[in-house]
Amino acid sequence: MYGFEALTFNIHGGYLEAIVRGHRARLLTAADYNNLCQCETLEDIKMHLSATEYGPYLQNEPSPLHTTTIVEKCTLKLVDDYKHMLCQATEPLSTFLEYITYGHMIDNVVLIVTGTLHERDVQELLEKCHPLGMFDSIASLAVAQNMRELYRLVLVDTPLAPYFSDCITSEDLDDMNIEIMRNTLYKAYLEDFYKFCQKLGGATAEIMSDLLAFEADRRAVNITINSIGTELTRDDRKKLYSNFGLLYPYGHEELAVSEDIDQVRAVMEKYPPYQSIFAKLSFGESQMLDKAFNEEEVKRLCLAFDQQFHYAVFFAYMRLREQEVRNLMWISECVAQNQKSRVHDSVVFIF
Amino acid sequence: MAQFIDNIPSMDLMRSEKMTFAQLIIPVESAHRAVSYLGELGLFQFRDLNENKSPFQRTFINQVKRCAEMSRKLRFFKDQISKAGLMSSPHSVLQPDIELEELEYQLAEHEHELIELNSNSEKLRQSYNELLEFKIVLQKAFGFLASNHSHEFSERELEENVYLNDGYFDTASPLEKELKPGSSYQSGLRFISGMICKSKVLRFERMLFRATRGNMLFNQAAADELIEDPVSNEKIEKTVFVVFFSGEQARTKILKICESFGANCYPVPEDISKQRQISGEVSTRLSDLETTLDAGIRHRNKALASVECHLAKWMNMVRREKAVYDTLNMLNFDVTKKCLVGEGWCPVFAKLQIQEALQRATLDSSSQVGIIFHPMDAAESPPTYFRTNRFTSAYQEIVDAYGVARYEEANPAVYTVITFPFLFAVMFGDWGHGICLLLGALVLIARESRLSKERLGSFMEMLFGGRYVLLLMSLFSIYCGLIYNEFFSVPFHIFGKSAYSCRDASCRDAHTAGLVKLRDPYPFGVDPSWRGSRSELAFLNSLKMKMSILLGVAQMNLGIILSYFNAHYFSSSVDIRYQFVPQMIFLNSLFGYLSLLIVIKWCNGSQADLYHVMIYMFLSPTDNLGENQLFRGQRPLQIVLLLLALIAVPWMLFPKPFILKKLHHERFQGRTYGMLTTSEMDLEEEPDSARQHDEEFNFSEVFVHQMIHSIEFVLGAVSNTASYLRLWALSLAHSELSTVFYEKVLVLAWGYDNLVIRLVGLAVFAFATAFILLMMETLSAFLHALRLHWVEFQNKFYHGDGYKFRPFSFASLTEDDD
Repeated sequence: MYGFEALTFNIHGGYLEAIVRGHRARLLTAADYNNLCQCETLEDIKMHLSATEYGPYLQNEPSPLHTTTIVEKCTLKLVDDYKHMLCQATEPLSTFLEYITYGHMIDNVVLIVTGTLHERDVQELLEKCHPLGMFDSIASLAVAQNMRELYRLVLVDTPLAPYFSDCITSEDLDDMNIEIMRNTLYKAYLEDFYKFCQKLGGATAEIMSDLLAFEADRRAVNITINSIGTELTRDDRKKLYSNFGLLYPYGHEELAVSEDIDQVRAVMEKYPPYQSIFAKLSFGESQMLDKAFNEEEVKRLCLAFDQQFHYAVFFAYMRLREQEVRNLMWISECVAQNQKSRVHDSVVFIF
Repeated sequence: MAQFIDNIPSMDLMRSEKMTFAQLIIPVESAHRAVSYLGELGLFQFRDLNENKSPFQRTFINQVKRCAEMSRKLRFFKDQISKAGLMSSPHSVLQPDIELEELEYQLAEHEHELIELNSNSEKLRQSYNELLEFKIVLQKAFGFLASNHSHEFSERELEENVYLNDGYFDTASPLEKELKPGSSYQSGLRFISGMICKSKVLRFERMLFRATRGNMLFNQAAADELIEDPVSNEKIEKTVFVVFFSGEQARTKILKICESFGANCYPVPEDISKQRQISGEVSTRLSDLETTLDAGIRHRNKALASVECHLAKWMNMVRREKAVYDTLNMLNFDVTKKCLVGEGWCPVFAKLQIQEALQRATLDSSSQVGIIFHPMDAAESPPTYFRTNRFTSAYQEIVDAYGVARYEEANPAVYTVITFPFLFAVMFGDWGHGICLLLGALVLIARESRLSKERLGSFMEMLFGGRYVLLLMSLFSIYCGLIYNEFFSVPFHIFGKSAYSCRDASCRDAHTAGLVKLRDPYPFGVDPSWRGSRSELAFLNSLKMKMSILLGVAQMNLGIILSYFNAHYFSSSVDIRYQFVPQMIFLNSLFGYLSLLIVIKWCNGSQADLYHVMIYMFLSPTDNLGENQLFRGQRPLQIVLLLLALIAVPWMLFPKPFILKKLHHERFQGRTYGMLTTSEMDLEEEPDSARQHDEEFNFSEVFVHQMIHSIEFVLGAVSNTASYLRLWALSLAHSELSTVFYEKVLVLAWGYDNLVIRLVGLAVFAFATAFILLMMETLSAFLHALRLHWVEFQNKFYHGDGYKFRPFSFASLTEDDD
C-alpha cells in the first residue's frame, strides 16, 4: 500500500534500517578525505583509518602495508556489514539484499572465465574476486569450455541461471563473447531487479527505479562508447541495452547508431538529468566521464537516505561503501606510487 | 541564618571539588617523565590544544605509531599463546624494568623467531597432513577397489565382454604409472582417489556427475580421524572418495574439478602387495614427521612461554606508553620549541601533589629547568569532580545518570544515599523479601575483592556495581517490612500481643461485628490483627496514602531548601527572594497544610474528611467546616494560607525578570560603545582568557523562561504530590501480589495431604517469589524510586548540566583501549 509503509515497515525492516543508517553515518566525510589525501605513507593512512570503522580491521596488519591489504580489509568490513544485515533480514528484504550481490557475481564469473581463457592460475583469480559475488562452485568455472558447458556445469545452481537464457551458445569462449555475455547477463539482471522492485512497490519501487534506471542508462552509454570501432553491429549493440530507463526506447535507437563520443553526447544532452554530467566534460573527452557518472550516482544514492521506510537505503549504502573502498584504493595507490598530484582525479566525495 | 549556614562544616560530597585551570610549561627533556608521573597520580585533565590538527600531523605521532606496532605484536603473541593453550600462571615474575627501545627490539626479535618457527612447523604440518590423508585414503580406497573387483568379476561372468581389462585398474598418478609399467590400458576404466571436506562432498559429486554426464561411479567413506585444516587449525571431518571413470578428457575435467574444490588426490595402487609396501612407507614417514613436529612444537612452546611470563607486564607498559604519547600530542610547543605547553584542569587539593610530582620528574630526568605550573583563568566552566568511595560511587552514578552536576552545585547524591533505598523500601516493604535481598547483597559484598577483578556479564556487572545500593535497600525493606508487619505477606506477633481480640471466646462474630480493643496499641508497626479483617485494605490504604503524602512533601521541601543553599552559595539574592521564598510558601500553604492536617488527624483520631477539607478550601473558603473541623481557628488559617498561595504565584513570576533587566541596565548604562571595542580587543589578545562576555540581554526570552518555570512549579506542586502516591500504589501491589502467591499457591497446596502437590506448590511459590517478587518487583520499585528522585526531587533545584572530570590516569586504562 503506497504511502502507508510507515504503518508496518518497522515490524520487519525497522531494526535493519536503523543499522544501515548507523553505518551510513560512519562513512568517511570530506574532512576525512582531505586528511587522507595529505598522508605521506600507507602507515599514515592506516593511522587515520584507525579512528574510523575500519580501525579494527586494520589494527593487526604488520607494518609494511600494501594497497591490496588495505583494500582487502576495507572490503571485508563491507562484507561483514552485508552479512550481518543478510542474517537479520526477512523476506522480501533478504531477496532484495541478495539481488545487490548478483552484479558482483556476474563480474566474478567473467573474471574467472577470462582468466582461465588466458591460462591464469585459478587460486590467483579467486583472490581477485569480489567477496560479495562468491558462490559455492565458483572455482569450477575453470572447467567449462563454452557457454553451454558453463551454464550446465556451474551456473545452473546459481541465481544467475535465469539470466543465461539469452546467451547459451555452443561457441567457444573468447574475449568478445565473454564481454557480450557480461553485458547480456547484466541487462537481464538489471531488468529482473527492476521488476522485483516494482513488485515490492511503494517508496522502494519509486527510488529503486530511479537508481536502476540511472545504472541502466550509464551502462548503455558505456557500452556504446566501448563498442565504437569494434565489429559489434548496431542491432547487437541495441540488444545489450536494458529495456527500461530514461533512454528507453528512443535514446537507445539513437545511441545504437552513434559512431563517436560527440554523437553520444548529443544524444545524452537531450535528457535534462544527464545534461549536467556532460556539461562538465569538454568535447571529445571520455576520460572524466566515469568520474562524472560516479559523482552523479553518489548524489542520487545519498538522496535515497532522505526517505524512510524503503529498501533502497540498503542498496545505496552498499554502493556508497563500494565507492568509498574505491576511493581508498585510489588514494592508497596514489600515496604508494608518489603520485599525490593525481589524488583528486578519481576520488568522489560522498558527503 | 546566613551566618549559621556559613558555619556548617563543608561536606565533601555536597559540592564538587574546587577546580583550577592550570598551565604547565615543561622542558622537552622532562616532558615524557612528567606526563607519566601525572598519569600515575591521575588528577590532571589535559585539554587538547591541537584539536584542529589531524592525528598524523601531531608531534609525537611516530612514537604513537611505534606503540601501536608493539601492541600489535603483543596481540600476536597473545593470540599465539592462547592458540598453543599456554594461558597458565597469572603469577608475574618480577623482572627489572626495561626501556621501551629495548622492549621494541626484543619484541621484534621474538616475533621474527616465532614467525620462522611457525612457518617451519606449518610446512611440516602440511606434509604431515598430506601423509595422514594418504594413509587414510589407502586404507579406505582399498576397500572400494576390492569390492569393485568382485563386483566386476561377477559382471563379467554375466556379460562376458564388458570389461576386458578388469583387474587392471590404472592409477591416476603418473608416478604410479612408472611404478607399474605396462599394466595400464589407456581406454579402460580408471579411477582417481582422494580426500575432500565432508561438507563439500555432495556438491562435488553433483559437479562430477554433470561434468562427465553421469559416466562415472562415485564411492565415498568417512575418514576415521579428524584432520587439521591448515588455515584455521581446526580439526575437520573429511571424506575419502574414489571416482571411477573412463576416458582421458574426463580425467582432465575431474582433476580440474578436484582442484577447484580443494580436494587432494592421492594415487592408490590396486596391487595389494604394493599397497602394503606404500602404506608401510607412509607410516614410517608419518612417525618420523610426528617426532619432528613434536620437537618443533616443544621448541615453540618454550619460546612462547618465555614471552608469556612477561606478556601482561609488557602489554601494560605499552598501553601506558601509548597513553603518555597520546597525551603529549595534546600539548603545544612554545615559541622557542624547547618547551611543551599543556593546559588542563586539576582539583585544588591536588595542586601540591601535582607540583611535587612535577618536581620529581625534573629531578629524575636531571633537567636544568624546572617545570612551571601556574594557575590561570579559564573561559569555560570547570569540570565536576566528586571524590567518591566504593560505597557512595553507586549513588553518585544514579544521580549522574540523570545529568552531571553543574560545577559546585548542591549534589543530590548526598541525600540519595539514604532517601533512595528508603523510598524503594516503602514500595518493597516485606522483611522476608528484604532478608533475601540482604543475603544477595552480602554475598556480593563478601566476594567483593574477587568479583571486582573478574569480567562479569553485563547483568552481573550492574548488580555488582550496585551492591551497596542493594544492601541499603534490603536493610530498609526489612525495616519497612517490620512496620507493615509482613513476612512473605504473613504477619507475625514479634513485638508483643495484638491490641485487639474477639468479643467472646468463640470468635464467631469477628468478621461481622469486629474486634474490641483490649490493650495498648501494638508497640511497633501494623497490628497483626488487621490481617484478614474486612477493613484491612481500607486501613492500610489510608495509612500508606497519608504516609506517601508526608514523605513526598518532606522530600520536595528538602529539594526547595537545597535550591536555597545553591542560591546562597552562588550569592544570588534574587533567587532567594523571588524564587525560593514564594516556592516555599506555595508548597507549604497547600500541601504542607495537608500534611499538618494528616498529622493532627492521626494525633486526635478525628473523623474529619480531608478530601473535603482540601477541596472546599478552594471552592468555598469562607464556608463553615462543620464536622470536618480539626482544630480551632482552622477556617481563618485556611483563608490566610489560600491568600498566601495566591500571592506566591505572581511573586515568583514577575519580579525576577524585571530585576534582572534592571541590573543589566545598571551595569551597562552608557558604556555600550566602550565595551564593544575593548571586548574585541580582549578576544584578540587572550583567546583563552576567562573573560565572561555578556550577551545581549533578551527580556522576552528571560520572561518566557521564568513563566515556564513558575507554571511548572505551580502545576508540579500538585502533580508531584500526586506522583508520590506511587509509593502507596506499589506497596499495595507488592503486598497483594505476595498475599496471592502465599494464599493461593502455598496454603492451597498445603491443604492437600499429598507430598507431590505440596512439593509442586512449594516450587511454584519459590519461583514466583524469586522471579516475580524478588526480581520484577525489585526492578519496578527501583525504577519508581529512581523517577521520584530524578523528577520530583531533583527538578526543584538540580541543573545537572555540568561535565565530568576525566583526569589522565593510568588506572583508568583498560584492556579494551587497544
